[in-house]
Amino acid sequence: MVWSMSESDEGKHEIEIRIHSRGGQGGVTAAKMLAVAASLEGKYSTAFSIYGAERRGSPTASFTRISNREIRKYSQIRKPDCVIVMDPTIASVVDVTEGLKPGGKLLINVGNNSTDLERFRDYEVYAVDATRVSLRFDLKVAGIPVLNVPMVGAAARLGIISLDSAKQAILKVLGGGSVVTSLARYAGTTALDGTESLPSTMRKNLMAAELAYKETKRLNGSG
Amino acid sequence: MQEEEVFVTGNEAVARAVKLAKPNVIAAYPITPQTEIVEVLARYVESGELKSEYIHVESEHSAMAACIGAASMGARVFTATSSHGFLYMCEMIFWASIARLPIVMANVNRALGPGWNIWADLKDAMSHRDAGWIQFYTASVQEAYDTTLMAFRIAEDQRVMLPTMVNLEGFVLSHVMQPLRLVDEAEYDRFLPPVRIPHALNFERPHTLGTLISPEHNYLVQYDNNRCMRAADDVIAEVEREFERMSGRRYGAVMKYRCDDAETLVIAMGTLAKEAEVACDSLREKGEKIGVLRLRQLRPFPKAFLEEVKRLTAERFIIIDRAYSSGYGGILAEEVKAKLYDLGLKKEVKSIIAGLGGQDVPHEALEKMFMDKRGGEVWFGV
Repeated sequence: MVWSMSESDEGKHEIEIRIHSRGGQGGVTAAKMLAVAASLEGKYSTAFSIYGAERRGSPTASFTRISNREIRKYSQIRKPDCVIVMDPTIASVVDVTEGLKPGGKLLINVGNNSTDLERFRDYEVYAVDATRVSLRFDLKVAGIPVLNVPMVGAAARLGIISLDSAKQAILKVLGGGSVVTSLARYAGTTALDGTESLPSTMRKNLMAAELAYKETKRLNGSG
Repeated sequence: MQEEEVFVTGNEAVARAVKLAKPNVIAAYPITPQTEIVEVLARYVESGELKSEYIHVESEHSAMAACIGAASMGARVFTATSSHGFLYMCEMIFWASIARLPIVMANVNRALGPGWNIWADLKDAMSHRDAGWIQFYTASVQEAYDTTLMAFRIAEDQRVMLPTMVNLEGFVLSHVMQPLRLVDEAEYDRFLPPVRIPHALNFERPHTLGTLISPEHNYLVQYDNNRCMRAADDVIAEVEREFERMSGRRYGAVMKYRCDDAETLVIAMGTLAKEAEVACDSLREKGEKIGVLRLRQLRPFPKAFLEEVKRLTAERFIIIDRAYSSGYGGILAEEVKAKLYDLGLKKEVKSIIAGLGGQDVPHEALEKMFMDKRGGEVWFGV
């Protein structure tokens, strides 16, 4: 299940992920959740966004680096191994596959848009309607559906992180969302059965991640 | 029970370190990309997790003035700034060091305008190289945290008593999230004794600070400042050893990577040195004998650097600068060249100016520049 990383050189035992979203949709948090999930699996990881000022609603990008060794790269990611498109309307205004390595993985939230996926046939394409999943569990912030949690669940289908790690990371990141709240609040909750003890919003987030994982479809090739 | 590891930005890591040090007073003004540090600290204070007096000032000049006032009364103080904010407190920066006040400040390195730019550049800190502050330059979220923890102990050491600055580069480090291993609060309390400033104002033994001093005494004050700055070099090494005993993490004034048999030695500070390590690994695979020596400490200029340069056999030096002295050269490059003269060593020196104003410097580009055998000064991208 987990992406195998060769030990031969830095380029090969490292995975670089770019996430496309709009300001306010939680792209940075998604990058953090992926990095935390990898970290829970004993890997090194970093997460960051486009360095600079962001505006709500405008297209933005955030990034995750995962590696078997200490990450010493602080430069921007220009040739990702994997691209995650959180916002269904963004692929028509941004070249989401820019720099994506040939055969690289592309996970798209298709929403209710009729996104033309045929143009991505050079890549390994995965599709999910994360917006519908989010709305089904009423995951909204300021009236806007939260897309990062279902997309992180769906990302587990790419084999970069396991679904269990994704769910634990979601718990950790959402539980520690406030810097003042003790990060330890939900950290003890590693067993994902028996989540009845969790607050209902946490439980809904986990269910959304799991449903998005199940509904993610690979559109070409095997699997 | 506190969690051992969290996943946070460089900024939050600094704020968490400051929380452990429990300063009596925090006086700061927000500025991108430092803002998160002071926001997180303000929340700690508001929630009662941190019992500091938080002084909301109207400018950075006042922030440092408030720090000076509080430290003059014997308080442990902290502030954080960046770029134009740093320059705005310039007058007070010098005052703090001449007054021998152990203020700890985080500086999130950012370029100077005009041509408004909020990204990484060391010019803000390098332009205060001669201000009499101890200067550290960090290269990971963990290191920013650990160095801030050590900074209080170093600044407040009776042999030092000097303000100390922890630099982390804007965005590339301040906003990057990495795993952070936390230091246990009780252990840190043992590591950092209560602050004691011998010349603090005291109603029992009244004296004044900062009055007129004559030409017969001013040079002695400056001489004294330098004497303690020199002494700080050994104190820092001592504190780093003790920190290692507590945390298991080892730091030194110079951090060497594959240097011992290197024919080419790359010298750099901050995250560019880490990126250079990646280029170094790639070149090693191609048979190039190259290593990276990272300076963590610019002031006091570390004796350890001189010892390493004497010991290492590399004949070619490549120095990367993220700050430039117009009409002169890369600031670190020129400092290294001056020290080579002191040591009587003649080396082939190449100066690379890269990463100014947040310029992205990928390891592939560094690799190409390292392989270009021409000497002299090269500006990346020009």
